[in-house]
Amino acid sequence: MTSFVLAVTLLLLTGFGYFLGRGRALARVNGRARDLHSLPGYYGYYLALWCAIPGISVFAFWLMFGPGVIEHIVLSSLSESTLAKAPGSPEFLYTTIERIADGQPFATTAEPDLEAAAEHLKSLRQTSLAGMISAVLAAALCGLTWSWTRIRPQMRARNRVEHIFCLFLMGSSTIAVLTTVGIIFSLLFESLSFFRQIPILDFLFGLNWSPQTAIREDQVGSTDGFGAVPLFTGTLLITFIAMLVATPIGLMSAIYMADYASPNLRSVVKPVLEILAGIPTVVYGFFAALTVGPFLRDIGTSIGLDVASESALAAGGVMGIMIIPFISSLSDDIIVAVPRSLREGSYALGATKAETIRKVVLPAALPGVISACLLGVSRAIGETMIVVMAAGLAANLTANPLESVTTVTVQIVTLLVGDQEFDSPKTLSAFALGLVLFTATLVLNFIALRVVQKYREQYD
Amino acid sequence: MTDSSKSKSMSHSDRIAASLKRRHAAETRFRLYGISAIAIALIFLVIMLGSIFIRGWGGFFETQIELTVDFSRQIIDPEGTNDPAVFARADFRKIVRNALKARFPDVTKRKDVKALKALISKAAGYELSHLIRDDPALIGTTQNIWLPSSDEVDNFMKGSVSRDLPESARRIKDIHVGWIEELEAEGALKSTLNLRFFTHGDSREPENAGIWGAIVGSTLTLFITLILSFPLGVMAAIYLEELSPKTRWTDFIEVNINNMAAVPSIIYGLLGLAVFLNFMHLPRSAPLVGGMVLALMTLPTIIIATRASLKAVPPSIREAARGLGASPIQVVLHHVLPLAMPGILTGTIIGMARALGESAPLLMIGMVAFIVDIPQSFTDPATALPVQVYLWADSPERAFVEKTAAATIVLVAFLVVMNAMAVYLRKRFERRW
Repeated sequence: MTSFVLAVTLLLLTGFGYFLGRGRALARVNGRARDLHSLPGYYGYYLALWCAIPGISVFAFWLMFGPGVIEHIVLSSLSESTLAKAPGSPEFLYTTIERIADGQPFATTAEPDLEAAAEHLKSLRQTSLAGMISAVLAAALCGLTWSWTRIRPQMRARNRVEHIFCLFLMGSSTIAVLTTVGIIFSLLFESLSFFRQIPILDFLFGLNWSPQTAIREDQVGSTDGFGAVPLFTGTLLITFIAMLVATPIGLMSAIYMADYASPNLRSVVKPVLEILAGIPTVVYGFFAALTVGPFLRDIGTSIGLDVASESALAAGGVMGIMIIPFISSLSDDIIVAVPRSLREGSYALGATKAETIRKVVLPAALPGVISACLLGVSRAIGETMIVVMAAGLAANLTANPLESVTTVTVQIVTLLVGDQEFDSPKTLSAFALGLVLFTATLVLNFIALRVVQKYREQYD
Repeated sequence: MTDSSKSKSMSHSDRIAASLKRRHAAETRFRLYGISAIAIALIFLVIMLGSIFIRGWGGFFETQIELTVDFSRQIIDPEGTNDPAVFARADFRKIVRNALKARFPDVTKRKDVKALKALISKAAGYELSHLIRDDPALIGTTQNIWLPSSDEVDNFMKGSVSRDLPESARRIKDIHVGWIEELEAEGALKSTLNLRFFTHGDSREPENAGIWGAIVGSTLTLFITLILSFPLGVMAAIYLEELSPKTRWTDFIEVNINNMAAVPSIIYGLLGLAVFLNFMHLPRSAPLVGGMVLALMTLPTIIIATRASLKAVPPSIREAARGLGASPIQVVLHHVLPLAMPGILTGTIIGMARALGESAPLLMIGMVAFIVDIPQSFTDPATALPVQVYLWADSPERAFVEKTAAATIVLVAFLVVMNAMAVYLRKRFERRW
């Protein structure tokens, strides 16, 4: 709350800085704006930037590192005996102290030394808040006054403001790179500490997946339950079923839309397919778990087949429906992009429309269609909610679509939802699975994009 | 010679005629494949939305029972303190029980009295306690009040539990059915709009559970997503499209953006867990973190849409502005950007709609907790609308199926409104140069 007020104050101060700078610049030339190097507004922006940038930097710095510093101070002020008594790690102890300080009902039987630590924490928080407010305001005001004294008619205010603005633009364009780097590093870092406990080959080629954490040091069987092969086969099975549904339907509807449909039909069907693409995956998951799964099981029972209610068929089939619009819109673009001259040449030789499409258009569009399918596969592999809701939890090494299988994403969710201890192989294995998933989709996307680019160059 | 050539050409044209039939049949078949592919996709859409709508429509309604409630001072405030804190601690369930007993005076057997309780929601006590909190003058009076029925009665009334089932297979026993029919005959049972569903947070009792908490959580999350991803995305797109020279570095950025658009959403959740929670120690389950993760996910959508609409602004505009002495940044900010704005906004709304429907990354950062309170700030524990759907879909109670479908309808309605807004913007402001 206080932070919010502070942010608003900073914003007001910035706005005030704008008018101050503008007024100051005009005052220096007695109101004759033509004597200024830049438009008067730019002097205002100059001041506003000098107010906002120091203020926001100090603000962000404090918010980011303040809590960590407080935690360090509180934990280092605890006596050895308190630390020794506490169950679990210092981080857990600190959470308890925080709860006492926040007055949450959890901490009814707090010990006196923890109470004292909580009091200490409270007073530190107070100090930190006061420090933050004064530091932020001081930084903003310093910037304001300093830049105020620098305003001169011949100052190149526009160039300076634009230079800073350009730096901001550059900075925001690097966010994409930073995100990718962040993903790779966070996955790699956690996976490496997992592979230190479980050999990477056991993980990639082991056949038994039942992740457990050893409670005691001497417990057996705590490290051989991390064979991820059943997850990979489960993912591939569901993806295969999904593509079996999505590829023919998506491709055929794209062909029809591109070469047969009248503009009227096109203008109706395209938005409807977009609706299909815009429905959240959790809705598909709900539909698969509630309607399709039981429906398939009932059909199975009536013809004497044993179908699991969380069968791979239900999850894969519904996922296929989800991917249809994806494949159809990508293939549509590609089929439309095949030059008219190819089609007309084929018609001139007497080929029917279907023959033209099959023998001329599709072969020409093949690389694009394949890359659309690859992108579809990468979507299917990474899809989470449908399988979490409609596929099973138990790792099952089978190729039978009527049985229940589990996937990589399902396991990531089950391992990480709820309370978790960090640094246990069980939690870390989720990051290793994430790394595999990321690598697989990265490779698929890369190949697909490359194929599309190469293909586009042919006709341009 | 002529004969033979004639017969030969005849057979040739016969062959062609015969094959033409086959080829035209193939043509018709091919066209049919296309139509049926589209039809299958559309039928699936109709079945899916239809089945959810049919299941969920009832969730907007509830069954209420009218009872004569005696707000006895004996129970609410026996010592006459007039202290609201005392009122809040009073045993309102007992008042509900007494009202039920008064409604059915002939029920005297201990077992039956116990069964009577199953008619009224466990949350009815809260309703009464809120009434007293708002108007203490009610104490000591007797009022006719419509109270929510239990979820079993509600299901029974809506017909999702069939009356033909054997008694042992349903939770509403024959004795309850008798009472329900008695109430119905006397007009003390009605079905009304379930306002609680729109104003309450989550609850373990299906009849008391609402989506308001999830809607607020989603709003807070999307607000963070918008204020982060919109400026960053637009600024990045301006730089890449208008100002930057084509270098290896910008090519590399472009590869990264395309890749970001295709990374599975759950990976963003892992990033958020590792960086925002474990490294930066931001609060778990908070809309702040959820918004940050979704902002990263939405960023490529906005960048790509912005670049496309910047590209669509004709170069003559830029040249004219530059000819009048505008600096490159003035050209962009004063001329190109305003013209590209409708396209940018359309892309942003579509990105926001995707973010609203996304749940996998939110599971990773702990926005799946059972949270009753309506979140008040960006750092309060919260959940989001799609996550609420996921949570309820997992609940064992039968009545939650209806709630889940109803919440799904609300979610889809929001998305339809957002997408319609995007389409309207595009239609209204799109300019062909």
